[in-house]
Amino acid sequence: MTMPLLLADADVSRLPLWVILGYLALLLLLGTFSATFFRGTSKDYFVASRSIGPFLLLMSVFGTTMTGFALVGSSAKSFELGIGVYGLMASWSGLIHSAIFFIIGIKLWAIGKRYGYVTQVQFFRDRFDSPVLGWMLFPILVALVIPYLLVGVIAACKTMQPVTAGMFPDLFPMDPLPNGKQHPFHGSVPPWLTALIVCFVVLCYVLFGGVRSAAWANTFQTIVFMITGITAFYLISKALGGPAAASEMVLKESPGNADRSLMGKAYFFSYFVIPLSVGMFPHLFQHWMTAKKAKTFRATVVLHPLFMMLVWVPCVIVGMWAAGLYAAGELRIPPTAAGTPNANAALGAIVRELVQNPLVTGILTAGILAAIMSSLDSQFVCLGTMFTNDVVARVAGKDRFSDKQLIWLARGFVLVIVAVSYVLSLMLLETNVFDLGVWCFTGFGCLFPLVFAALYWKRATRAGAIACVVCTVVTWSLFFWDDIINSGPPVFGQETPAKYLVAGMMPAIFIFAASVISLVGVSLATQPPTASAVAKFFPEKR
Amino acid sequence: MNSKTIWVIFVVLCIVHQDVWFWHDRTLVFGFIPVGLAYHAGISLAAVTLWTMAIRWAWPSEVEAWADELDGDTPGSIETAAQGSGASQ
Repeated sequence: MTMPLLLADADVSRLPLWVILGYLALLLLLGTFSATFFRGTSKDYFVASRSIGPFLLLMSVFGTTMTGFALVGSSAKSFELGIGVYGLMASWSGLIHSAIFFIIGIKLWAIGKRYGYVTQVQFFRDRFDSPVLGWMLFPILVALVIPYLLVGVIAACKTMQPVTAGMFPDLFPMDPLPNGKQHPFHGSVPPWLTALIVCFVVLCYVLFGGVRSAAWANTFQTIVFMITGITAFYLISKALGGPAAASEMVLKESPGNADRSLMGKAYFFSYFVIPLSVGMFPHLFQHWMTAKKAKTFRATVVLHPLFMMLVWVPCVIVGMWAAGLYAAGELRIPPTAAGTPNANAALGAIVRELVQNPLVTGILTAGILAAIMSSLDSQFVCLGTMFTNDVVARVAGKDRFSDKQLIWLARGFVLVIVAVSYVLSLMLLETNVFDLGVWCFTGFGCLFPLVFAALYWKRATRAGAIACVVCTVVTWSLFFWDDIINSGPPVFGQETPAKYLVAGMMPAIFIFAASVISLVGVSLATQPPTASAVAKFFPEKR
Repeated sequence: MNSKTIWVIFVVLCIVHQDVWFWHDRTLVFGFIPVGLAYHAGISLAAVTLWTMAIRWAWPSEVEAWADELDGDTPGSIETAAQGSGASQ
């Protein structure tokens, strides 16, 4: 017999929730199973004993790089700006990410293996022989990862609310809207519970297995969200009478979405700075360190652009079709507070109205959660690793702790970070934290010259590196203030629909220029590093 | 083919990425993909080809041997490796 409190609205199926719970259970099972391979050493916890093979590296790096944006954001941006979003984000990323894996990832892996590094800060501190640089970089990297992490937790909450609306009207009631109508999320799984479940599941496997469990889980999650996008595309195109009929409808109803007339050329060009961020992501650095050999990177370098294409092309086309249907008045999309259609709801709306299959809704939601959680787990492990190695072991001395104590220290930090993230995500739930995401990417992308110079420019000096970080932080803060904090009209740029631009370009391009100029200028103006310092990081050509 | 050729191709791909010639073109390729999207999917496939060529002809094979010369995860060897660095600047 069912308890009255657990009865769903008559026309609401709970099948999507069961599919999502099934996915989470499988993930938990896989994560727990992978933790049985844990070798009990700190090296295994932080870098999986540098034993990860090509397939796991490919899937874990791809899963970590992709967030929920790959499914929801790609279709949303296509709905808003048209198909140009693929060139803007995915084809730039396909080109640049692989270049970075090739020129930065492999070399950092070699240096990390040779000198035993597990964090970026360790590398930069030694490369420029500067503890000051290490202490400067640590809070900056943490400050840029945390909002990125919160975006994931909040996105999971926002994804679950519409999907589970009406499932638990007695258990999770919501007050009616001011106009007297029922709240659209009445009876849905509340954000506090979604965030709790997501954080708990991720915590369960990363707490015991460390980065190895994150790599296994990411592999599973990547497979799930890749299949999801393609499945959604197939079912939606079938419901629209085939892909050709659907695209013809867009040409008739919303032709601007089939070209780039909604997008500026300078904006399109300047976006190249954003994918450079992968060169400075601390969580990606940690995944690179797990590779067994340099050759392990080969599959990642070659197949990353192909995987991006497989995920993004179907979602961008679906977003374009949603724009056509919306323009034709055949698709209802909930409005934002400003009264414009909520583009982030476009994918969910088209699946709900055209496919009308609770099973598919469940699979799609599981796919979105997979894309979100595949970044979250790596970020949690990474922050735990950084606090353990860059702060505690650094201040107290690594020799003060046994290997076992280091692992428990890292686990303690992971636990604290998950708890803090949980609380912060609930506190910031109703703020526009999504805007912070692109600013995080901007910050990482504009620090890229630092890692490039560290690896390829022998003349780069300690003072140049510090100047680069300071200039990046100062210019980033100015533009960030202008876009996010300044309540008056923008001082440096212009607010255009859905984005803040400076002279028609991403502000990132100006911050990037400041980063390069300060690094090069100050390095050339200061005494070159000694030959022995350079020799440690630049192998002689044989 | 050497690594310089690979980087020249990479730069060419970055330049042709800015395809102003398809900016307002709404032709549908295969009947359903707008040409601006098909072109950039082509850029992604060109990137796959480029990086396949890179690992074939421009692979940094010396890096692996250099990494294996020392085992930084064994405590004694890090100090050994660091001896050569000294105060660096």
